[in-house]
This record gives sequence, structure tokens and C-alpha cells, in this order.
Amino acid sequence: MAPFSVVNARLIPSCAVVLVLAAAAPLGAQTPPVPPVSAPQQAAAADAAVREEVARLREEFERIRESYGARLAALEARLGATSEPAPMPATPPAPGVSTATPGAGLDAAGTSPPAPAVSESATPMPTGGASALSKIFNPDIAVVGNFLGAAGRNAVEPAPALEMHEAEVSLQAIVDPYARADFFLAASPEGLEIEEGFLTLTSLPGGLLAKVGKLKQQFGKVNTLHAHALPWVDAPLVVKNLLGGEEGLNDSGVSVSRLIPNPLVFLEATGEVYQGTAGPFQAQDRSDVSWLGRLRGYRDLTEGTNLDLGASFTRGHNDAGPSTRTRLFGIDATVRYRPLRRASYRRFLGRTELMWSRRGESDRDVSAFGMYASGEYQFARRWFGGLRYDRSQRAQDSSLTDSGPSFLLTYWPSEFSQMRAQYRRTRYGEQVTSNELLFQFLFSIGAHGGHTF
Amino acid sequence: MKARQGLRVTIACAVALLGAARADAAVNVVTSTQDLAAIVKEVGGDKVAVESLARGYQDPHFVEAKPSFILRLSRADLLVAVGRELEIGWLPPLLTQSRNARIQPGGRGYLDASQTAEILDIPTGPVTRAMGDVHPQGNPHFWLDPRNGRRIAQAVQARLSEISPADAAYFAARYADFDKRLAAGEQRWKAAMAPYQGLKVVTYHRSWTNFAKAFGIDVIGFVEPKPGIPPSPAHTLRLEEEMKRQGVKIVLVEPYFDAKTPKAIGRDTGAEVLVMLPSVGGVNEVKDYIQLFDYDINLLVAAIRKSGGR
Repeated sequence: MAPFSVVNARLIPSCAVVLVLAAAAPLGAQTPPVPPVSAPQQAAAADAAVREEVARLREEFERIRESYGARLAALEARLGATSEPAPMPATPPAPGVSTATPGAGLDAAGTSPPAPAVSESATPMPTGGASALSKIFNPDIAVVGNFLGAAGRNAVEPAPALEMHEAEVSLQAIVDPYARADFFLAASPEGLEIEEGFLTLTSLPGGLLAKVGKLKQQFGKVNTLHAHALPWVDAPLVVKNLLGGEEGLNDSGVSVSRLIPNPLVFLEATGEVYQGTAGPFQAQDRSDVSWLGRLRGYRDLTEGTNLDLGASFTRGHNDAGPSTRTRLFGIDATVRYRPLRRASYRRFLGRTELMWSRRGESDRDVSAFGMYASGEYQFARRWFGGLRYDRSQRAQDSSLTDSGPSFLLTYWPSEFSQMRAQYRRTRYGEQVTSNELLFQFLFSIGAHGGHTF
Repeated sequence: MKARQGLRVTIACAVALLGAARADAAVNVVTSTQDLAAIVKEVGGDKVAVESLARGYQDPHFVEAKPSFILRLSRADLLVAVGRELEIGWLPPLLTQSRNARIQPGGRGYLDASQTAEILDIPTGPVTRAMGDVHPQGNPHFWLDPRNGRRIAQAVQARLSEISPADAAYFAARYADFDKRLAAGEQRWKAAMAPYQGLKVVTYHRSWTNFAKAFGIDVIGFVEPKPGIPPSPAHTLRLEEEMKRQGVKIVLVEPYFDAKTPKAIGRDTGAEVLVMLPSVGGVNEVKDYIQLFDYDINLLVAAIRKSGGR
């Protein structure tokens, strides 16, 4: 289906161009040349030239039409052929019969593999009809529901007892041979927002990968994850305290990354620039963009164990004054274990992130530190246990420190739904302690793309 | 001391660079599974350097999209994937991050092996996830029919010849040789299975549809109640009753599934539980595509004899 549609899509604009030319030319021929009285002969000559041109264009158009017609017919024939398996070439045990013409069997069958699009449906689709075409080119659509429940007491940041916290709609597709696009729209009680929406340029020279759009900034690990991909019900305290709220750093900008070739590790350097309005940043001027740099190293320790380390830095203007800045520095470490032979039954993920914030105010700098450490272990095909410890000062007042442990239990009925319970005990800087039980139902419908590691 | 270390590092780097340069001479092929790697090796010989992302003893549905795979993909001239959404959970993000324009879907360096293969189990009615983790584009375990192995080899030969036209004759000769050995293997395997046509078996996952069709086996049920859904007691009981009724004496299990339930079924019904290999590399001694069928057919025939015929 894909090759047919591609040719078709190309054919339409080229035909359109020819048609426009063909239509425009006679119009030009009918409008008299600028000085009509003084040079009638000249006008006649020009007229003849235009007529000639039109004739030539017509001819060319006919030629193109014929050639496309033939190609279309050939493609349609091919489509018919691809829906059946490639017939077997003669393979008698007698030696030396199937010989040297490369790909002869394939060409004879007319089934050299058509270029597949990732979301392409491989079962033969009915040809013709705009609806069939539009289905093929529709992006992969999925919705992830994130329902939260809470019990217990929390006087500092009370969450509702029951809440449809978020419905994330994802629309993902390949744009053209050079790029793909991913949109994640988050509908929540606060409204609908673009959680992420970006173009990824996959075919840049020099080993570069660029993203343009609204992005979760590559600051550490947890900041890059969507709410439904977190191994907890809530976000760690350090995200709320130092990265400016549960949303974290999420802004419109450009991200460029490159692999640094070396024989030892996977090393990736990322540079990003943003509008400067996310999290703790508050651009007051067009030039108040925020900058980010990240270096990530990764190495397989064994086939089932690996280590992932990163360091991130970002700076931008904050809301304290006309030229005050906040700088954030973070390091993260992740250990993963997943034995290949038992990948559906056992895995462990241990992760910690440390973050430092330096918030410039008109008369002083406030330095604050925060961290979390977390472990998640899968002990049966459908069961995960986890724990997390949080400790974080507040970016605007480092004399206040919030801290506390969490214990988690997760059940997976299938890959597409999960239920999670989290016991969280938080000791807030105001000397208030809260004990809470949080619940989460996560469920996904549609075709949700795989997550990056 | 430091200087010497520095020198050592320099030499190591130089060796690595030289190694890379030498690898460049061959067509650099990455495959998603070891079966495809084995077939590419048959056709490409020493004109290709091929490596597989997943290991043969690993469930190919659940491979982690590790950054080390990004490195391998970034250098590849050709990526051969199984297709039919087998790798949907892990290959697309790796491809996006590979920074390699050559191997993006639609390009010359991307080969979907399923495009020329015979695909079974293509759902005809509406498909919903109530049916479990179904593959709407058909069963992706199609390489377990030797005829599909041949079709994959043809596609690989055509594509390699396109990428490296100077070696086209070499690839054609290698393909012809593989084709011959595969045909001999098919005769051997068919002969071994000839007395047991219509053999009834139960399998864990729906991995063996193509294998069963190729060798005249009748799969009457699955240990999984639905694809990707772990066994439940009620389903297991029903399955055991059905096995007793039909006299099924063979249960096939892929090496990456928990053998607990199949073993219990074996105890209750007297059936033989076999860990059959769905992929090259499932055990060390199975190193190529033809050995894979030799191993599986031998295992199966031995088990049939042990369990007393059909």
C-alpha cells in the first residue's frame, strides 16, 4: 500500500504544477503585450512563442501522465502480488540449479519488499477510497489514563481523595524520510495542555539528533519521564522543591545531541536552549532563554546488568528580580538488572539523583540541595515491590527541608494496565508529618510507542 | 607510569580505530534476532559483519532498548528486522536515536524480513486487546518454517547485492549453496517427521504456528490463556482435560518462559515437556539456521518415541 500512496502523493503536486502552468500560459497568451498598438508584429511573434510553449507543456504533461499511468498500473499489479507469499523458487535437491542471477526469484515474483512505514498495516488494505488512505497515514494514537486515590492526612499538600489526574493522548508518526513527530496532550482537571509536542530530525549529518518543539528537558532522569512511566504514584520531593513543581522542566525549545565515539562506553552529549519559562525559570525578556547541557554515559556490565550515569546543568532567569538567575546542577546514577532468560519475571532498577539549586535573588544567593534514591524489584511476572527515600531543601528557603520514605507495591494484569499502592510518610520543613496511602490505576489503549531507555 | 598508561590508551584507541576501519570494508549488518543474523551470515559470508541485538534465549517481544544497541545501529549499513510488530516495543525508539539515516524505515538499509514471508494467524475479524497481546499483522514467529528461511535469504541476498553490487555474484553463490543445504535439511526433517503427521501438541506461546504447518503438527491448545497473559488455574484445568481427551503427549515450551505450569501439566497428563528452541543461539551448540531445525526435530522425535508414539 505504501509505495502506491507515496507515488500517488507525489503525482498530485507534479500534475498540479503542470496544470497550473498549462492554464496560466494560454491566459498570458490572451492578454495583449504591453505596447499593443506600436508593435503588432512583435506581439504576434510573442503570441506564437507562447503558443509554442503551451504546446510543448501540453506534450510534456501528456508524457508525464502516460508514464505515471504505467507506473501506477505496475504498482497496482505489484500490490496484488504482495498480498500473497512469494512463490517458492525451484529448489530441487539437485545441485547447481538455483544459480547466479541475484534476486531473480524475487524479481520474477515482483515482490521485492516494499518500503514499510513503521505504523503501516501489513495486511492488505482495500485499495482506493480516501478513507482507506487516511487510515494508513493516521498517526499511532493512544490514550493513557492515570487515576489517583489518596487516604490519610496531609496538611501541607493535600491531594483529592479520588481524581482522574490525567489522560495523556499520544499521536506519533513518521513525518517524512527525514523526521518523525510525537505529540503528547495531557488533559487534567487543570485543563488541556501540550505535555510534549516535537519534531525529531533523524537524518542529520554528523551523527546529530535534533528535536524541536515543546520538550521535557534532558535534566537528569525523572524530569524526562511522563507521569505514567514513573515507578511511583507521585513525583519525588526534589522535583517539586527544586525543579519548580510536579511538571518539572518542560518548555519550548531546541535540543541537539550527539554521540561521542569511543571504544569504552556509550557517551552522549546534549545541548538545549529553551524559551525560559519552565519550572523555576521566568523569562522577562526575549533574550532570557534558558540553556541546558547534559552528558550521559552508559555501559553494559554484563548482558543483563548495566550502569547509566549522567550529569546535567541548566541556567535561566528566575522571578526574583529583573536580572536574577537560577542555576541547577544534577547528577544521576541508574543500575539495571534484567536477566535475558527470565526477562518477563525478574528485574531490578536502582536509581538516585542528586540536585543542587542556586537561586539568585536581588541581595543574596539561595543554595538548596535535594535528592532521592529508589529501588524497584520485580519478584513475579505481575508483581513489583519498591521503595524510595526523599530528602530536599526548598529552592526559595533552604532552611526548610522535607524528607521521608515511601513503600510501593505494583500489580500488572497485563502490559496495558497496572495498579499501584504507595505508603508515603513525609516530614515537612514546617515540622508537620503526614502519613498517606496513595493509589493509582494506569491504563493504556491504542498504539503507544515504546519508551526510550 | 602515567606516560606509559597514556601510550597504552593511545595504542588501544589506534587498534580500535583500525578495527573499525577494517570492519568498514564489509557491509555492516545489524539484525534484531539471531535467526536473521544466521541467515545474513549464510548469504553474506565474509563480505558482511553481522550482529544481532536480541539473543536467541531471550523473548524477542521484550528486549530492552539499551543505549549500547544505539551504538551498534549508528554504524549499521543494513538493519534486518523480523517485522509484524514483534519488535514494536523496542526497535522504533532505538531507530529514532540511532542518528543513522541509512537504516530508517523506507530506506535501502532497512529490511523487514516479513514482507516476503508466508504469514499465518492474520486476524480476520476485529482485533481488540481483549484477545491478549495479539499481533494484528499476523504471527511474527514465521522464521520457524524453513521455506520462510529461504524467502528471508532471498530478500537478504537481493538487498545485499543492492548495497554492495560488486559482490552480487558472491552473494548469489552463497545463497545457492545455502538453498541447497536447506533443501537437503528439509528432506531430512520431513523424513524424520513423516511417521508422525497430524501429531497433536500443546505449546506455551503461539510461537510454533509456522513450524507446525511445515512439519504436519496439529497445535490443539496453548498454556497461555491468551497471548501474553500468564497461565491461570482454570485455563490449565480445561487444557489438561482437552489434552487427556485428545491424547496429547507433547508440550512445547520456549526457553524464556517459566516451566512450572507446563511441568504440572506434564505430571497431570503424562505428557512430555520439551524446551524447544524458537531461535538460533537458544543453546550454545545451535549456531546456525539449519542446526536450529536439526536440534528441534531431533528433540521432538525423541520425545514422541519416549511418550509412546502419537
